[in-house]
Amino acid sequence: MATALKDIEFQNAEEEIRLQGEIERVTAHPVYSPLREPLIDESKSCSDVTNDICGLLERPPLRGWWILFSISVVLLALGMIAAVNTVTFGIGTWGLNKTIGWAFGITNFVFWIGIGHAGTFISAILYLFGQKWRTSINRSAEAMTLIAVMCAGVFPILHMGRPWLFYWIMPYPNTRGSLWVNFRSPLLWDFFAISTYFTISLVFWYLGLVPDLATARDRAKSKWRRIFYTILSLGWNGGNRTWSRYETVYGVLAALATPLVLSVHSIVSFDFATSLVPGWHSTIFPPYFVAGAVFSGFAMVTTLLIPVRKVMHLEGYITIQHLDNMCKITLLTGSIVGLSYLTELFIGFYSGNPNEIFVILNRMGGPYAWAYWIMFSCNAIFPQLFWFKAFRTKIPLILGLCILVNVGMWFERFVIIVTSLHRDYLPSSWAIFIPTLTDLGLLVGSFGLFFTAFLLFLRLFPVISMNEVKGVLHYARD
Amino acid sequence: MRATEPSEKTVRYTAAFFDNEHDLMAIAAEARLRGFEIQDVFSPYPIHGMDRAVGLERSRLGWIAFAAGALGLISAILLQVWTSAYDWPLNVGGKPFNSFPLFVPVMFELTVLFSGLISIGVLFMMNRLWIFSKKKIFEGVTDDHFVLVLKQRDASFDAEKAARLFKKYRAIKVMEGDKFV
Repeated sequence: MATALKDIEFQNAEEEIRLQGEIERVTAHPVYSPLREPLIDESKSCSDVTNDICGLLERPPLRGWWILFSISVVLLALGMIAAVNTVTFGIGTWGLNKTIGWAFGITNFVFWIGIGHAGTFISAILYLFGQKWRTSINRSAEAMTLIAVMCAGVFPILHMGRPWLFYWIMPYPNTRGSLWVNFRSPLLWDFFAISTYFTISLVFWYLGLVPDLATARDRAKSKWRRIFYTILSLGWNGGNRTWSRYETVYGVLAALATPLVLSVHSIVSFDFATSLVPGWHSTIFPPYFVAGAVFSGFAMVTTLLIPVRKVMHLEGYITIQHLDNMCKITLLTGSIVGLSYLTELFIGFYSGNPNEIFVILNRMGGPYAWAYWIMFSCNAIFPQLFWFKAFRTKIPLILGLCILVNVGMWFERFVIIVTSLHRDYLPSSWAIFIPTLTDLGLLVGSFGLFFTAFLLFLRLFPVISMNEVKGVLHYARD
Repeated sequence: MRATEPSEKTVRYTAAFFDNEHDLMAIAAEARLRGFEIQDVFSPYPIHGMDRAVGLERSRLGWIAFAAGALGLISAILLQVWTSAYDWPLNVGGKPFNSFPLFVPVMFELTVLFSGLISIGVLFMMNRLWIFSKKKIFEGVTDDHFVLVLKQRDASFDAEKAARLFKKYRAIKVMEGDKFV
């Protein structure tokens, strides 16, 4: 320091000492313990991050990508055929009947909305809790959220029967009175919750993308690529004034999105909980649904990221430690879900209400018992294996368990919806739901839409948040 | 501290490039305390504590977000109470026309929606981020370079002193430019 000072020489010595003290005071930065595990592969530098992540976009897609993309597009096409069939001939093409008015459509809707909860959980809640490991996975998890919410949105719109009039659920001045929407209905709350959730998740995701799009822009060689990223990156130049406000707004959005995540599935659960149907009319529903949503969402993120990190060689960014952490959250939320199942059983019997008791016995031993036990084992029993470190660090085991969770969570919604409806108060109207080809086509098609959009995301946008990863490179180094 | 005043567009600048955030932060602090006027600093990621180093006051965007949220809340209350209880009251299942507790979910959602969209809109406006933006972009700043830009507003700019400062903090490149957009 002394030699450096001599180089600059200034006023008098006292003044100089005061100045040095002041410089040290304003530039003091927190020192992370060198004992911490690094978050990212230790050998990476900032330019390595840029080259690794942008390089993925600049190389032509791998053959594996084309194969997966083709399969997804085929599935999507099947879904489109089913959708056209539904719109042309009406909801009668679904397996619904007078007793069971909600089945696959609403199951798929709740399933996809649930999947959509992990992205914002990772980007908002883990951000507020200062969990720096989120930086490697938040981009892809947020993209997954947006796509899942789109998949979810398809189902209520098709279920309306006349989807071209879906905008009638918006309260706008009209020539019918104005006849307003019914603000007392949970189905309307759903519309507000999901559209707000989609919008906020979209701007949150985009805001995080802008600096990375600028990185892609500054490397772009071809004309069209440069135009694409120039438009999307909004002239981002990395100035501190911009960063400062950006960080403020990012924090504001995280603070807003946190209660929003919790509100969305709570409101979805109100669709059921505010009714008088045994098995639905329960105050446990909002927390039970939210935990289930985060649970299924994390399982889906893990299911997607394991092949992505392998194929795109991102093992240095999405490390075993990341997968381990995600498994722990899956374990926690899965245990909450398991506890909710048991609570539901206990309260059902404790209520002494014969209808409640009947619904529970019917779920466990009725015609849909197989679905109930798939749900129970996949959600409440198998994820308990995540207590063992081997199951959180061995890739095939993680993948297997996460796929089981995805299956289990789909069946959870199916069980809640169909088993509560199919045997109601009037035994003469008891019925069985059998899905038609159109039902199955829409389910398969929603997966097609999901994977098609996710694969396009992998090609068009930086899959890992480069600016955030660069910020944590020094996490355990200096 | 506004970078957008028209007279400033003709001010010459000196830009120094560094290869790490600590040098940038230290030189930014030292340059400011020694009387240089900092145009801005540029980095590939947000650097915590940089605001304090360059003497930037805390952003008031948080208050804007709060006000926008309040606006959303009030709009939601007015919309729901007016449409359900005044403009065309409808009896739905015998519930009161003004079923205030049932209006809470939409109130919450619109609060979040207004606050989020308005604060991001204000962010884009304040930083002039838009699709036809023509801002100066320093080479490598979105990759791994860290840049300090000093204004040369008048003759008081001591180029020699600046050069010594750049050397002290191991600048990898120094360049000058005419106007800063």
